[in-house]
Amino acid sequence: MAMLEVKNLSISFGGLRAVDGFNLKIEKGMLYGLIGPNGAGKTTVFNLLTGVYKPNEGKVMLDGKDITGKSIIDINKAGIARTFQNIRLFKELSVLDNVKAGLHNHNPYSTLTGILRLPKYYRVEKAMNEKAMEILKVFDLDGEADILASNLPYGKQRKLEIARAIATEPKLLLLDEPAAGMNPNETMELMDTIRFVREKFDATILLIEHDMKLVGGICEELTVLNFGQVLTQGKTDVVLNDPAVITAYLGE
Amino acid sequence: MKNLFKNMNKTTKSNLLTYALVIIVYIIVQIMLGTGSMSNLMKGLLVPLCVYVIAAISLNLVVGISGELSLGHAGFMCVGAYSSSFFSVLTKDALPELVRFPLAILIGAAVAAIFGILIGIPVLKLRGDYLAIVTLAFGEIIKNLMNVMYIGKDSKGLHFSATDTTALGLEEGGKVIVKGALGITGTPKNSNFTIGIILILIALFIILNLINSRSGRAIMAIRDNRIAAESVGLNITKYKLMAFTISAALAGVAGVLYAHNLSTLTVKKFDYNTSILILVFVVLGGIGNIRGSMIAAVLLTVLPEVLRGLSDYRMLIYAIVLIAMMLFNWAPAAINWRAKIKAKFKKNNAKEAE
Amino acid sequence: MSFVQFLINGISLGSVYAIIALGYTMVYGIAKMLNFAHGDVIMIGAYTVLTLLTGAGVNPWLAVLIGMVTCTVLGITIEKIAYRPLRNASSSLAVLITAIGVSYFLQNIALLIFGADTKSFINIITLPPVSLAEGQIVLTGTTTVTIIACIIIMTGLTLFVNKTKPGRAMKAVSEDRGAAQLMGVNVNATISLTFAIGSGLAAIAGVLLCSAYPSLTPYTGAMPGIKAFVAAVFGGIGSIPGAMVGGILLGIIEILGKAYISSQVADAIVFAVLIIVLLVKPTGLFGKNIQEKV
Repeated sequence: MAMLEVKNLSISFGGLRAVDGFNLKIEKGMLYGLIGPNGAGKTTVFNLLTGVYKPNEGKVMLDGKDITGKSIIDINKAGIARTFQNIRLFKELSVLDNVKAGLHNHNPYSTLTGILRLPKYYRVEKAMNEKAMEILKVFDLDGEADILASNLPYGKQRKLEIARAIATEPKLLLLDEPAAGMNPNETMELMDTIRFVREKFDATILLIEHDMKLVGGICEELTVLNFGQVLTQGKTDVVLNDPAVITAYLGE
Repeated sequence: MKNLFKNMNKTTKSNLLTYALVIIVYIIVQIMLGTGSMSNLMKGLLVPLCVYVIAAISLNLVVGISGELSLGHAGFMCVGAYSSSFFSVLTKDALPELVRFPLAILIGAAVAAIFGILIGIPVLKLRGDYLAIVTLAFGEIIKNLMNVMYIGKDSKGLHFSATDTTALGLEEGGKVIVKGALGITGTPKNSNFTIGIILILIALFIILNLINSRSGRAIMAIRDNRIAAESVGLNITKYKLMAFTISAALAGVAGVLYAHNLSTLTVKKFDYNTSILILVFVVLGGIGNIRGSMIAAVLLTVLPEVLRGLSDYRMLIYAIVLIAMMLFNWAPAAINWRAKIKAKFKKNNAKEAE
Repeated sequence: MSFVQFLINGISLGSVYAIIALGYTMVYGIAKMLNFAHGDVIMIGAYTVLTLLTGAGVNPWLAVLIGMVTCTVLGITIEKIAYRPLRNASSSLAVLITAIGVSYFLQNIALLIFGADTKSFINIITLPPVSLAEGQIVLTGTTTVTIIACIIIMTGLTLFVNKTKPGRAMKAVSEDRGAAQLMGVNVNATISLTFAIGSGLAAIAGVLLCSAYPSLTPYTGAMPGIKAFVAAVFGGIGSIPGAMVGGILLGIIEILGKAYISSQVADAIVFAVLIIVLLVKPTGLFGKNIQEKV
């Protein structure tokens, strides 16, 4: 069974079909890329998959379960986590607390337990701290656990966003332009991290990216979106050499 | 012992300092009272100070921690004050003070919390500015309704009216408890400074522990980025409502303390201006800084009383301080300027060190 | 009094709300902020006109004109000093709290200059009352002038926004500030212009309000200001016809509430209307739905 199966997904905004008959199948453990020119509808697909928008038509199945039209929270609980094109961290929280916010729904305790400082509070907080530090270590952020998220340099903010998403223990991780604004060195490092994250957390990853080097370097399969429709999909090297794709990117 | 303190994390230390501050102030005041070195004016301010402190820290929970502007905080105080005062007058002869007053506090908190939930459920779905105006509207509605509310009691039970006392139709010997614009008279004077301090400590305990827990983290995460918070599975409405309700309940407690310090309770004291005054405490003390709002509430209540000559300009100064603080703390230009100065300062220090 | 008379009084009061609501709705639409101090600008306008009339014996028309200029300058100054620095602040609370501070500032400065006691406003409208239906219904001069002024202002403003270049610039900035800037619209100037127009209208609203309810204190502007904001929300914030419809409906609700329910709870009714509107249709009657971009 595929980890993610999307059938005929469509949405219109004021008459414009932003995403039109979108199909996608991602096997478990795969690193999959969604590419296409600006305005092709890539982020809209993410927003449809994560429940920000409700589709007009189509079906989304995660690990065999129908999650079409569910709320953002329920979809996260079902196992999809994401990052954002324009970084959205909890700026006034520490790096550690950002990840702990991601751990929120795992092993919870009640508000009253928290206020009254019952033994369970100390037990769970300790476990949460350890788990969060473990995740931060993967992203080489453990040294900055106590500083405010807004004080991190740009590249590390991107990493922290991935760390926070990973903390929710997703089956499928969606990365929206993870390398945006990074220099080539940072991008190389990010590629290693993404590969490592897949191994370490046993995740399936779908990413939107403009950096062709990154896409070609780590994605096993690609879907190219143009004007809200699938232009082509398949193995990375085949897709990248497709003349139709080159035309879509470079124009006639 | 010293090591123990060293090993604590920063937040725990900061919280302990906050509690210690309250206790130290309490001790100093007790010594001053014992040696007779406190003026009557200051003595009269002791309970109101506790009222304002509780009001300010509870408002900070909404404004600073949850990131929503509430302009109806006085409305929640009013609800707490009226409900508890009503209860106390009603049971004045039936219950001993030791049972009655704690019950009155719980009732004030509970009624304010219920109003918090009722107003919060619809309102918290709205965007920030709308929330501000609706909480303001709520405060005004409460004020209006309390002004026309008449409640009396006779052997047949309670009678309600929205016109006047005669419309209550009380039998002979019946007693009017709530008299419209004249409010409630004869509330037992149960509040005192010690109880005020105990309530401050309880309020601090609730708020500080909430902030440093799973729920507090969720509330602040939602404040910082609503969309990201949802994407990691945080329930926006639940946590916003939680902050709002706890804040309302504590404002209710402040109202109870206030009502049981005066023999006559009217709604005049709980108007829009009071809500703004409490907001000034919060802004001046630092949005999100609980200890700061406590200190600001004390200073801004005591200073004008001590410096009577300035009283004409008091409100004007508050206004200017409010504007200046916001510009200084939030304007991007001011933030850059401060960062520059800081960097320069650091550089100079580094040079000197060489 | 008859129902029709109450209705007319409601439309008259509502017309004042509508003119004030315009200031809110335009500023909210374009600067995306709730200008809490708008109601207090009305009060300053009324004091200015009153002082000119009683202190200097200025011609009423000239007094109103000077009042408008004063408020316009005041509005532009407030925006420049207090609001503009916070336009790109990370928290939207910042500018809202600042606006509350400005409102408080205006009230207290008026308190220092003009004193706390109620001043009685001189009615400058000399139009004679008109009796209709054998004296059953009376249109006072103030009512007639208020309603006519409201219609003229609405028409003028709608034409201005749709037909002139600065008006279209205002529309563009309210749609998308960034894009407008890229297209060469001077955003700062456009926002200043919006504050100028809103504040100038506030002076007119102040005179009309005080002509109908001739007691003036430093707090006169606050409550009508808040109610006018309710009217703007009611009609759909950002919409000019919305402000007009919202204002008039609110005026009618208030007057009928006073007449048939209780004068003491009329304000509570107005605010209850706000809460219900926001629950049922948060975008108001004519408002557009705004969704945050992800």
